[in-house]
Amino acid sequence: MDWMAWTWPTAAFFIIIGCTLTVFTVLAIKFPETPRKGVLQIETTRGDRLFITLLGSAFINLAWLGLVGANQPYALIVCFAYALAVFRWV
Amino acid sequence: MEKTLNQKAWFLVLPVLVLVAFSAVIPLMTVVNYSVQDTFGNNQFFWAGLEWFEDMLHSERMWDALGRQVMFSAIILTIQVPLGVFIALNMPKSGFWSSFCLVMMSLPLLIPWNVVGTIWQIFGRVDIGLLGYTLDALGIPYNYTQNTIAAWATIIVMDVWHWTSLVALLAFAGLKSIPDAYYQAAKIDQASRFAIFRYIELPKMMGVLMIAILLRFMDSFMIYTEPFVVTGGGPGNATTLLSIDLVKMALGQFDLGPAAAFSIMYYLVILLISWVFYTVMTTIEKKEG
Repeated sequence: MDWMAWTWPTAAFFIIIGCTLTVFTVLAIKFPETPRKGVLQIETTRGDRLFITLLGSAFINLAWLGLVGANQPYALIVCFAYALAVFRWV
Repeated sequence: MEKTLNQKAWFLVLPVLVLVAFSAVIPLMTVVNYSVQDTFGNNQFFWAGLEWFEDMLHSERMWDALGRQVMFSAIILTIQVPLGVFIALNMPKSGFWSSFCLVMMSLPLLIPWNVVGTIWQIFGRVDIGLLGYTLDALGIPYNYTQNTIAAWATIIVMDVWHWTSLVALLAFAGLKSIPDAYYQAAKIDQASRFAIFRYIELPKMMGVLMIAILLRFMDSFMIYTEPFVVTGGGPGNATTLLSIDLVKMALGQFDLGPAAAFSIMYYLVILLISWVFYTVMTTIEKKEG
């Protein structure tokens, strides 16, 4: 695995993503759900909302880095608020 | 008959999963690893944190390339989609000439990217190319190696030549699937040609047209080979689109860290736009169904 140039932070990042995907897969099997329509007027399931959250969080982090440029961990607070909003209203 | 639920079928997609992991997921993870480190070769890496992302977000070079890329995609979409629909509307609907048109239209799609580039590179040359020579003989200044506008015109016309057929073929398929009853009803109502297009053909084509737009957008947004062969990104940086710039950075300068950060952002933009298109497409399908 040397050629992949692993570091602890990136490994942790992928482990968290992997765990999230696993948890959501288990949730989808244990508690199947019907899609619902939210503020975006599109049908979403839990998985869709997770995707919107993750993709949006990536852009929030990039925006924070580009516009604020310091205290990057605080961007995660914005992401958390965003995630709550997505799971509640989208 | 009621379908039996059997989730074991998921195991059948396992080979694909392994293949995708091998060809896409693992390389992508490696790119993420590169993006937070610096290297001077020899597979030795040093932690750099978010430095490369910060550099790239403030790099004029990347924003310029992104601007050129968006302009390129926007121009070819505004030309290819209406042109493709126009061609599809005017193609014979059945018989020998219909098949003949279909074959002729698919020919450019079969030509490999680098060959298309070479064809146009020679075609546009002032000394030996038919197009370049003719324009020169007519007294029109045209030199895609020195003139920005000529270079842009060449790559745009080349892309239109190469890919409009795809839009036309998809639109044609959409048109063919409209039952005659719709046209008969329109005739009874004495609908004008434009009304038929606006209220029957266009809505019925919407699904395939969205696919065409998505495909054309993706391809044009990631285009590399054709402009690389024709202009090599020049004159200056005038036609250096995103992927050409990325390859220059990653392989030409061997700046793996910045190039990795660049490609992750590139990937995120593509992911976002594909998601939007996909959502719009499935929403339209649900409405129709």
